[in-house]
Amino acid sequence: MVKSNKSPTTPHNSWGKWAVIGTPYVWLIIMLLVPFLNLFGVSISEMLSGGGYMPIYRDGGWFFKDNYSPILTDILSGGTYRSAYLSSIYYATLTAIGCLFIGYPFAYFMARARKDLQPTLLMFVMLPFWISMLIRVYAIKILFDDSGFLVTSLSGALTSLGIINEPLHLLGTSFSMMFGMIYVYLPFMILPLYSTLSKMDPRYWEAAADLGATPIKTFFLVTVPLSKSGIIAGLMLVFIPCIGEYVIPQLLGGADTLMIGRVLADQYFQVQDWPAASALAIGIILMVILPMMVLNKYQEATGEVK
Amino acid sequence: MKPQHRWFSLSWMSLVYGFLYLPILILVVFSFNSGRSSVWQGFSLQGYEALTRDSKMLNGLWVSLEIALSSASLSVLVGTFIAFVLVRYTRFTGRTLFSGMSNTPLVMPEVVLGLSLLLIIKSIGLNGGYLAIILGHTMLGAAYAAVVIQSRMVEVPKAYEEAALDLGAKPLETFFLVTLPLIAQSLVSAWLLVFTISFDDVVISQFLSAPGIKPLPTVIFENARYGAKPVVNATGALIVFVVSALLISGSIWIQRREKRIQREISAAFREVA
Repeated sequence: MVKSNKSPTTPHNSWGKWAVIGTPYVWLIIMLLVPFLNLFGVSISEMLSGGGYMPIYRDGGWFFKDNYSPILTDILSGGTYRSAYLSSIYYATLTAIGCLFIGYPFAYFMARARKDLQPTLLMFVMLPFWISMLIRVYAIKILFDDSGFLVTSLSGALTSLGIINEPLHLLGTSFSMMFGMIYVYLPFMILPLYSTLSKMDPRYWEAAADLGATPIKTFFLVTVPLSKSGIIAGLMLVFIPCIGEYVIPQLLGGADTLMIGRVLADQYFQVQDWPAASALAIGIILMVILPMMVLNKYQEATGEVK
Repeated sequence: MKPQHRWFSLSWMSLVYGFLYLPILILVVFSFNSGRSSVWQGFSLQGYEALTRDSKMLNGLWVSLEIALSSASLSVLVGTFIAFVLVRYTRFTGRTLFSGMSNTPLVMPEVVLGLSLLLIIKSIGLNGGYLAIILGHTMLGAAYAAVVIQSRMVEVPKAYEEAALDLGAKPLETFFLVTLPLIAQSLVSAWLLVFTISFDDVVISQFLSAPGIKPLPTVIFENARYGAKPVVNATGALIVFVVSALLISGSIWIQRREKRIQREISAAFREVA
């Protein structure tokens, strides 16, 4: 068969070609490029109290230093922004690692389960995704309620063991928030892991066993290194959305779990300082650029299962 | 696998599935609770009754349905364009920027997307509202739709399209009569995926909504911040019921369809033989 790079359906006269390419291109520019450039523009504009800003092209004011230096000073001196950025990184990292520890063995067992069972097993991992994430996060709120059966029975057990002497309080702590984030993002970890693990040639395991490796050794010296791309893709897929997570910290977190997404929203809606909110958003973009580049490199591990 | 490994893997998998499904189960059970709190106090439908009287929730439901229907349809349209360009045109000026932009919504935190859209709307002197939310969800949804459609489109053998062109079909005819039917199932999946995303979205809606236009998730979110409420339990449980019913009937339909296609193929072979 002759393989041609150019498909015959694609119009090749330049008018048709550019109409086909141009339509989505214009959409992407209007919906993404322009808003992002504007975001940057607002972040270096003068703030007007009560919401709004003075556009730089109208007034000529260049407020780059005025808007970014408070954030930088805050970050250097240890204020709210710094703790919000740091706790975002901290909780996103913890969530990614937690998902890896729970998800890796799971994906491994799933990849080694009977072949005809695997689609069903995978489907039941994906199923919760179709049920509203908001509803599932809300469900955890019921689960962790102070008077709920989980907390009361745990409290009872721990008190009788003498570990604690006052009733447990889980809701609105970093624990319940981490639980919620791992709960929501676990499938994002399992999918790329399963995708790489299920494609692994079983002969590698047989070879390792033939050469005298114990199953544990085979797992850590053969399986884990070979699934590196899945691990990295999974970590990034969990880490990136967690950085800007807004809903879960609001519903399950407490006063000690202030994350940058919340600070940004407050700057816009409560303080009504648009330029500051934009500058914080630019900060978030800078934080996710590196993980995004890493993810792009290992994307081939993720694209397969969907 | 040795028996003890088997035992370990079975219990690990059950624990993870339990972890994924326990909260949903709890929500469904407690939507029938007669008390307000999360202590079981007996069966009642008070949450569901409260829902029929809750105008904010009901209004939000309609707003959400309208927005999800529009943005899912628009997203499939835009996503097909994006996927077609990415699959069929491997080289053109500005392709890197094009593919970069088409992937950005998948990885950019939603607060950033929401804020940048809101600011551009405000910058040109407009306000949030229906149209803004629909466009915002389409911006996000088209990226997901493009991924789903793209993964199907790369599998379509070019020979089919070449045959159609050889037989005299015009490029546009070839697309609508050959390519489109072949990728139809991915268009349906993409539509459902975007509908789900839009129907569930809090952050972008929160940024782009106007007074009086509140999609269901933003109403639920505002209620849920102040603890459990029977009406929220009931709404959540209803969503679980509807989604599960749709998923189950959808997968049965796909299985039957595949079986029918298999039967037709084997029948065709028998004819030939």
